[in-house]
Amino acid sequence: MNSQKDRKIRTVIVDDEELARQVIRELLSPHPEIEVVGECANGFEAVKIAAEKKPDLIFLDIQMPKLDGFEVLELIGTEKAIIFVTAYDSYAIRAFEVHAVDYLLKPFGAARFEAALERAKQRLDSKSPFAAVPAAELAATARPPAQYLERIPVRDGTQVFIIPVSKLDFAEAQDDYVALSTEGKKHLKQQPISSLEVALDPSRFLRIHRSYIVNLERVAKVEPYGKDSHMAVLRNGVQLPVSRAGYARLRAFLDR
Amino acid sequence: MHPILSRLNRLGLYLLAWIPIAALLAYLMAVTGGMTEREAISMSLPLCLIYAFVCLSAWYSCRAIPSGGSTIGRLLEVHVAAALVASGLWILCAELLAYVFTEMSLFQGLTDRLSRTIPILLGTGVILYLFSVCFYYVLLAVEASQEAEARAMEARVFARDAELRALKAQVNPHFLFNSLNSISALTTSDAAKAREMCVLLGDFLRRTLGLGEKSTIPLAEEMSLIHAFLAVEKIRFGARFRMEENIAKEALEMDVPPLLLQPLVENAVTHGIANLVEGGWVRLDALCQNGVLSIVVENTFDPDAPPRRQKNGMGLLNVRQRLEARYGDHSSFNVKAEGGRFSVSITLPAERGGRAR
Repeated sequence: MNSQKDRKIRTVIVDDEELARQVIRELLSPHPEIEVVGECANGFEAVKIAAEKKPDLIFLDIQMPKLDGFEVLELIGTEKAIIFVTAYDSYAIRAFEVHAVDYLLKPFGAARFEAALERAKQRLDSKSPFAAVPAAELAATARPPAQYLERIPVRDGTQVFIIPVSKLDFAEAQDDYVALSTEGKKHLKQQPISSLEVALDPSRFLRIHRSYIVNLERVAKVEPYGKDSHMAVLRNGVQLPVSRAGYARLRAFLDR
Repeated sequence: MHPILSRLNRLGLYLLAWIPIAALLAYLMAVTGGMTEREAISMSLPLCLIYAFVCLSAWYSCRAIPSGGSTIGRLLEVHVAAALVASGLWILCAELLAYVFTEMSLFQGLTDRLSRTIPILLGTGVILYLFSVCFYYVLLAVEASQEAEARAMEARVFARDAELRALKAQVNPHFLFNSLNSISALTTSDAAKAREMCVLLGDFLRRTLGLGEKSTIPLAEEMSLIHAFLAVEKIRFGARFRMEENIAKEALEMDVPPLLLQPLVENAVTHGIANLVEGGWVRLDALCQNGVLSIVVENTFDPDAPPRRQKNGMGLLNVRQRLEARYGDHSSFNVKAEGGRFSVSITLPAERGGRAR
């Protein structure tokens, strides 16, 4: 407990408006236990700063250039305390679904800000990390219904890649990760394959195997393989195993 | 619903109207058949009561064969045939009645006297039936015109409604919240600027409030509203955006619905510029040609911007609906997004002071 108190809370402020960052900076200034280690104005920089500066607390705007606040959260994980700051109140429920500490609506006063900061400190003091669930999975559950993923943000160190789902060939489960294959490259993302499956448009992507989701547009043909299993051959020649259940789903789709 | 049968008081009035007809028929029967007064009245009253109900059935055939849907010849054919059948049945009734009266020894030789009145009965029956057909057609026409009027009224109400909804949705609350947040930031760092922003925001809001009641305003006035809006946004976005205007002098005098272009510019700022790290531009072109005012709002945008989690395009949809409700086919609305540029082109009739030119 003591060591927690001695250590300053490393904080990052992310907002595309300088004036909005200024308000937060100002409201943080009377708190010696807070150290602002970085500020940035868009989602890409936010991911980079989060990886480099390892902050404990992030004030995160939702609508920003490049990556929005939810995508940033998806990439930096849930170990950090996040306080969303936005003028859009319709995001509030989703913000808590992704385990945000609090949700500040612009414009906010000092009292409301202090309350949010207090919640963040409590969250940081409690020993257990707040979410054992990968952030990407949380983000997937928080997606509004009837709206499928259009793009998948992936992080490699401090670099962010955006994969439009139309360019995704297939996804392969690898332990806690999925490997996303696009244009001959593979990008790893910490997310269970099942949560990716529900986030993708079922009319375009199909789970053909316990470990594989395929982009139906990329499938060139399906061939028998062994006694009662099949193999999907993609346009680029890659072969993917098809399970019995996967084959049934594939047939149902093709027969439609 | 039958217009007469469905209401008891109407049915009563209708039957009352048949009493003079019954009297007339009695007179005709007395004259042509040589019946006594009592005989003629005893015959004509029940016969008219029966026929009153027979004629009510004409309503159904009138509704089944609308007067506008078929030729006059066809209408005559159908209804005259129906009239002959109705009249024939009526004569049978009359004969039955006369037979019953004779059998009951109320009147002697009534059947003979009745047979002399048959041509009169037939003629009267056909005429009365055709008369009710005409009556129902007139009724149907009145009903149709009332319905059309109601529909037109509904359409007007709907258009007005759409307009009001559009106006309400157009002063974007998020613009307000974000501006207030900027003011809150400026109060400690730059009080003078905070005051300036309050004034600008107040100026913009006051203008939008006044505009809701006007049906059109000159383009110049809409432009000054846009300038008030941009003055506020400039403080928020700093050096991140530029506005270019290319408006023909003549176009400035033309009438546009209030708050038609401001949402397009707002859209360009919030969905275009706000997503560009390096900033961008908005351009507004307007010109007048051959009685048509064409306006293009173009802006730079990031095609790789995060997908909007907020329902967007509401501003665009509102503008399109308002144009449609007001000008219909005399307006157009097109959206184009390619190569990092987003443009909305609209055309509407070039009118000045509420008059076409």
